[in-house]
Amino acid sequence: MTEPLLQVRGLTTRFRTERGDVTAVDDVSFDVNAGETLALVGESGSGKTVTALSLLRLVPDPPGRIEAGEVLFAGEDLLKVEDARMRAIRGDRIAMIFQEPMASLNPALMVGMQIAEPIVVHRRLSWSQALAAALGLLERVRIPDAASRLNTWPHQHSGGMRQRAMIAMALACKPRLIIADEPTTALDVTVQAQILELLRELTRETQAALILITHDLGVVARYADKVAVMYGGRIVERASAGELYADPRHPYTIGLLASVPRLDGDAGKRLVPIDGQPPDLAALPPGCAFMPRCRLATAECSVRPPALRAVKTQHLAACIRDVVA
Amino acid sequence: MSSPDATSLPAAADNALLRVDGLKVHFPMRDGRFWSRTRVSVKAVDGVSFALARGETLGLVGESGCGKSTTGLAILRMLALTAGRIHFEGEDITQRDTRAGAYRKRMQMVYQDPYGSLDPRMRVRDIVAEPLDVYRVARARRERNERVAELLRLVGLLPDMAERYPHEFSGGQRQRIGIARALALEPSLVICDEPVSALDVSIRAQVVNVLTDLQQRLGLSYLFIAHDLAVVRHISQRVAVMYLGRIVELASRDELYRQPLHPYTQALIAAIPVADPVVESRRPRLIVQGEVPSALHPPAGCRFHPRCPYVMPVCRDVDPPLVSSSSGRAVACHLHARVANASTAAAETPLPVGG
Repeated sequence: MTEPLLQVRGLTTRFRTERGDVTAVDDVSFDVNAGETLALVGESGSGKTVTALSLLRLVPDPPGRIEAGEVLFAGEDLLKVEDARMRAIRGDRIAMIFQEPMASLNPALMVGMQIAEPIVVHRRLSWSQALAAALGLLERVRIPDAASRLNTWPHQHSGGMRQRAMIAMALACKPRLIIADEPTTALDVTVQAQILELLRELTRETQAALILITHDLGVVARYADKVAVMYGGRIVERASAGELYADPRHPYTIGLLASVPRLDGDAGKRLVPIDGQPPDLAALPPGCAFMPRCRLATAECSVRPPALRAVKTQHLAACIRDVVA
Repeated sequence: MSSPDATSLPAAADNALLRVDGLKVHFPMRDGRFWSRTRVSVKAVDGVSFALARGETLGLVGESGCGKSTTGLAILRMLALTAGRIHFEGEDITQRDTRAGAYRKRMQMVYQDPYGSLDPRMRVRDIVAEPLDVYRVARARRERNERVAELLRLVGLLPDMAERYPHEFSGGQRQRIGIARALALEPSLVICDEPVSALDVSIRAQVVNVLTDLQQRLGLSYLFIAHDLAVVRHISQRVAVMYLGRIVELASRDELYRQPLHPYTQALIAAIPVADPVVESRRPRLIVQGEVPSALHPPAGCRFHPRCPYVMPVCRDVDPPLVSSSSGRAVACHLHARVANASTAAAETPLPVGG
């Protein structure tokens, strides 16, 4: 078997805040292979976005700092390379798609120029060549009447069209890895389905790896090959999507799946909520971050955060109750 | 063919707590061009009719801009109606003065954003008691405090939380405070506008359970406005689907989700992934193309026709009315016009399901 395209090992990112040091990402490890979709799932404050920003070294420093870990991308540790090398990788080999397309597009630059820009920067083509390529990209993300859209401003587009333009920009240099941070959360459901289908189709076609950051367990079930569930800055469970839904092991994953109403579930049945609320990263308990909300917690849970351990082959969970049978 | 009360309940319409007939809310505005003096209007709600029974939950679903929130605000008379009538508790409130009307105490609202809807400078006690103060109910201090304590307990909070400020609470707790405030005047109707969509996934179930418990205890009726079809399915007995200012389908929950008739309802349900990869791998993919057009210039004929996979020539010209069958199920679609009018059950409809 070939090396995974991306190997993240022990990634730890801290922020200095008025309330003390906050470990937003704590000892996070995962792999992504070419052509594969990994979903990073979690609620607000779980550390999924900071994980993505850390991979690209986009964490604002100060107050943030990547304190430990390795990000091996095609054999190269991105945490060790020069800034210039990192800039050459961003937007070229690794592309990112953000949640709010209006906030990540430049409102004062025409759409065609923005899509062409990474081609000019990374491929050193002329603007006219790059704009021709941008036209092809707009057609690929199925923006109708693409030729006339090149010379339009972002505000003239709907949310769905802007997100298509963002995807076109991300694809411009044929990246090996695409990181999409809640790419459809701001969009309506029918448009969400269009955008996610498009992303899947394009990543399959180009064999790019996709890290899909989301809080929507349905989106994960439909689009992910592998899943990492995050809670309080740590990965608490990691498995293939099929395995995770068929046999969730961590009490948080189990609770989450039970608390979400399903289109095909028993409609009259009472939901089983997870009590309490997501943790405050500045005041994490000394042991397992989920312990205050866990129905199965014992005194032992408060000693130290449980390590991620294999509960089956290719299935890891960070809970002291669960070890290989 | 449509009858005037096409969307009334199968039960006697008089039994309805709320009846909305032909509701229209148009917002006049200048058209988009800078120099233009042309007056146009955004038809946010354009002919909506439905009834809500006592103790019932009606889900109102649709994508952004379909008019679902505007419908809720118009029922509360927080927006001026362009046309239509609203009957509430047997009384025509369309022309009633919102300040004088006792009816306004009986219908309340729970808002989407638990951060924006609570005044950060007010203590929880004063937030929850504000409706009491406005309507001069429970004016004695002790009575007021007791009422607040009772309301906080009702929504699963502790009475001594009344002294705190909103910032000391989490999103889920804030939403409970908003619910307590809505219940202060003992309403019969609560309009919930996306009450859980701003909350973290693990918190949503807590608030949904509070709402269902309160309904059982107090016999409340809910108009539950949301875009999350799974939550709506969980909480509603009947569901109305809106598209560009109109109701395109209205049916009992099980009918609607088991066999959606309108192509838009089908697309909406198909677009929502189920949290189960096994189920997902078997579900047909019916991805509807395009996006919701502007309510400034809604398409002629059926408003969904530019996106509809089953579009027929008639759809481009004739706006299909919402036609109800004898079972109380209603759909506004030329595909079903004939069938829905007949007495045969909808199950016999030759449904062009995609996938």
